[in-house]
Amino acid sequence: MSDVAIETNRLAKRYTLGTGRRGYDTLRESLVATARRSLGRLTRRPTPPLPEETLWALRELTIEIGHGEVVGLIGHNGAGKSTLLKILSRITEPTSGWAEVHGRVGSLLEVGTGFHPELTGRENVFLNGAILGMRRAEIRRRFDEIVAFADIERFLDTPVKRYSSGMSVRLAFAVAAHLEPEILLVDEVLAVGDAAFQRKSLGKMGEVAREGRTVVFVSHNLAVIQALCTRGILLEGGRAVADAPVEEAIDCYLRGLERAASADLLARTDRDSRGWEASLIRGLEVRNPGGAADVVVGGRPVRIAVAVTEVVPMMECRLTIVNSLGQPIATLDSEVSAPADVRDGELGPRIECDLEALPLLPGRYRIDVLLKGRRQIQDGLQAAAFFDVEPGVIDERPMPTAGSDGDIALAHRWRLPG
Amino acid sequence: MSARGDSAQAVGRPEAVRLQPTRGLFGRMASARELWRYRDLALQIAARDVTVKYRQTALGVAWAILQPLGFMLVFSLFFGNLAGISSNGIPYPLFSLAALVPWTFFAGSLLLASDSLVTNAALVSKIYFPRIFIPAGVVVAGLVDLGISTAILFAVVLGWGLTPSPGVLLLPALVAVACAAVLGVGAALAAVNVRYRDVRYVVPFAVQLWLFATPVAYPITLLDEPWRTLSAVNPMVGVVEGFRWAVLGETAAPWDLIGISTASAALLAVAGLVYFHRAERDFADIV
Repeated sequence: MSDVAIETNRLAKRYTLGTGRRGYDTLRESLVATARRSLGRLTRRPTPPLPEETLWALRELTIEIGHGEVVGLIGHNGAGKSTLLKILSRITEPTSGWAEVHGRVGSLLEVGTGFHPELTGRENVFLNGAILGMRRAEIRRRFDEIVAFADIERFLDTPVKRYSSGMSVRLAFAVAAHLEPEILLVDEVLAVGDAAFQRKSLGKMGEVAREGRTVVFVSHNLAVIQALCTRGILLEGGRAVADAPVEEAIDCYLRGLERAASADLLARTDRDSRGWEASLIRGLEVRNPGGAADVVVGGRPVRIAVAVTEVVPMMECRLTIVNSLGQPIATLDSEVSAPADVRDGELGPRIECDLEALPLLPGRYRIDVLLKGRRQIQDGLQAAAFFDVEPGVIDERPMPTAGSDGDIALAHRWRLPG
Repeated sequence: MSARGDSAQAVGRPEAVRLQPTRGLFGRMASARELWRYRDLALQIAARDVTVKYRQTALGVAWAILQPLGFMLVFSLFFGNLAGISSNGIPYPLFSLAALVPWTFFAGSLLLASDSLVTNAALVSKIYFPRIFIPAGVVVAGLVDLGISTAILFAVVLGWGLTPSPGVLLLPALVAVACAAVLGVGAALAAVNVRYRDVRYVVPFAVQLWLFATPVAYPITLLDEPWRTLSAVNPMVGVVEGFRWAVLGETAAPWDLIGISTASAALLAVAGLVYFHRAERDFADIV
């Protein structure tokens, strides 16, 4: 018996992009296409194959994961992380190449899939357990544990549709967390529930990892990856571009992000643009008004300016400030308006956001941008810009520098004895 | 790991699964074992479909009998009384009810099965399991209804003073024929529905036509040979006529019809399931 838990060999997956209408088309269209093709064959005039847009989500990926390893998959949206998990959990087949999985696989690709709103909590535990691959006897044995973890004893016989969203998520995670697979595939499921429950879930995942199971983990939260995983695999465009101890892989990812941010934003392909006549994010600048771009001082005014390609009606913008471990710290959303906001016809194709006193501790931060217009998402970019915050003064108090916990500086006042 | 039933676990050797593009017959054979491995899930899905069916309905399980009884009344009035369609000497209400019971099962299950994969899209795109459980669960849920309405059918027949023939022992076999037909056709339609939502509009219409191609409202003796025998390629012909013979016990056993319909249902089941299996691997990508 080998020590390999997961092995892939030149694994590739191609998706055919739909006709813009969710990928399925009507019977009539395909009948017409078939008729046209056969007609072409009859008249010996070869018709050119229909141009189909395809996307390689994975390109000849070859990796090997040993038993007991806890591996984090990192990379941009669309780098192939979720596709890899989908293939390993057998939801979808690869287009070419192969993967081999040694051991019972449990996958947690979305918490609460398969919950039926009309069924009670109790019924759903059994259904969901079976869906995740648990035997009935196994679920019965762990039933009390699951219910206790989710903390919903009182509502066991209430239909799930009457649960609050927090309750159903807790129950779903509890079922999933009590799976006992040899190989666990987890996709971004810890971002659910309130902070206390998240901590509890994270603790549970850590436990699973320490028990010597093989875990493959996808998350955008690099801090979680760093805390749980020992090895990191960085995917980019369906290829593994780094496979190293987790710190190294994360470092590599962050450096890549910075390179991308300093490159021309319009040239980036990892965007959430809807494509059709959309307004795109052209550039993003963080500056101390009057000072140099990209260097700002804590406690001082800051202007974040987003340059766009085109002004469309009803433009809105959402900026998310993210720390160096990938944890979001603050969201600035123009859709939540205040009396001081203005719409200025003279501004041109740009959006500006002013902060009176930047409450960030010294360090390196990045900004994710989501651009909306015509009530639709126009464009979205992760890590559109990076900026360094220099130590400053907040409310006449110098900010703590090295070695302090947290990311933000608060104005405050002490009262001490003496 | 204490899962006792899992043989691969029990001998302490981790099972190895190779994931690659499916090719050839061998890939298909392997998946039969797969169905057995996931039997608990099959039961859970069927149980879900049964439980959910009448939850939060005022009449609940009564729906299982109201539908055939309602049709019986309407058919008796229009076809029996007004149009005067012959029912071979059997009281028309009984004549039609004996056929409506299996027909309602078939039509209802076919409608639900053909839409089942799309209704369960969230499940299909997030979890692996043999997809056939989804349409099959619908059919199992329909069987519960069929059991109830068959019991009512017997009550009506006995109340009317008729005695069923020993052929009732064959009812389970007739139900199996109906199941095979509905599973084959329903699974294939469900698979097509994943790609072409047109199915959703075609099926209700097709089921209505199918009703008229089946001797539910009229006796099969309306057809002359060879059409009578040929019509049994429609599996529901054998099922419906078989039900009448078994439950009403008035006519001679239609062995020829039952035989042809059984063969045809088996063929439909195999063809439907093979098509389903071929289409299965793309479901998660396009549903």
